[in-house]
Amino acid sequence: MLHIINKSPYDRCAVDSALATGAGVILLIEDGVYAAVKGGAEEKKIKGALGRFKFYALIADLEARGLGDRVIDGITPVDYAGFVDLVAENKTCQSWL
Amino acid sequence: MKFSILVNEGPYTHQASDTAYQFAKAVLAKGHEIFRIFYYHDGVNNATRLTTPPQDDRNIVARWSKLAEEHKLDMVVCVAAAQRRGIVDEGEMKRNGKDATNLAPGFRISGLGQLIEAGIQSDRLVVFGD
Repeated sequence: MLHIINKSPYDRCAVDSALATGAGVILLIEDGVYAAVKGGAEEKKIKGALGRFKFYALIADLEARGLGDRVIDGITPVDYAGFVDLVAENKTCQSWL
Repeated sequence: MKFSILVNEGPYTHQASDTAYQFAKAVLAKGHEIFRIFYYHDGVNNATRLTTPPQDDRNIVARWSKLAEEHKLDMVVCVAAAQRRGIVDEGEMKRNGKDATNLAPGFRISGLGQLIEAGIQSDRLVVFGD
């Protein structure tokens, strides 16, 4: 399943909720990209889950926040076309609003 | 592949209607089909033609209308959510005794059944909201 997260991890616990599902794909968009920042509070959690989850973050939203070059190793930046591909590749998608 | 999109957030709020628009464009650019875009909750505010954003800002409503015209999209506004927020077409104006309409070109007002149908008929339903 593709988990789409658009809220900052410092605002909501959507990353934790998605990780609690066990395994899958997580796409960080909008303020959700704050979870992708190297040295942030989520780094340890995300690195620990890399074997079970694939992580992506929307490039436009990273760059809009000045975070384009501060992404945790293991998280793949994607553009909107990549976003569409992720939705197409995964049979179901859940937006954690 | 057949996509549908659900927009639950109004324009100029956070970012959901912008992301939904960019996603819709990317879906079409990839050669996929959009079965329907459904606007629900505050998302119905994407459908008022009376918005006047500053000239140097994006016009979210006009942008949706243009996309619908270019790609013959079915853009549906939830009737109950629209009534609450004053989004009115000709039929709703008459039915509710209003003196004006404000539904932007390319949108139509209908019921939640259209969302359910979109979920059934599409391969993917992607939700954007607050």
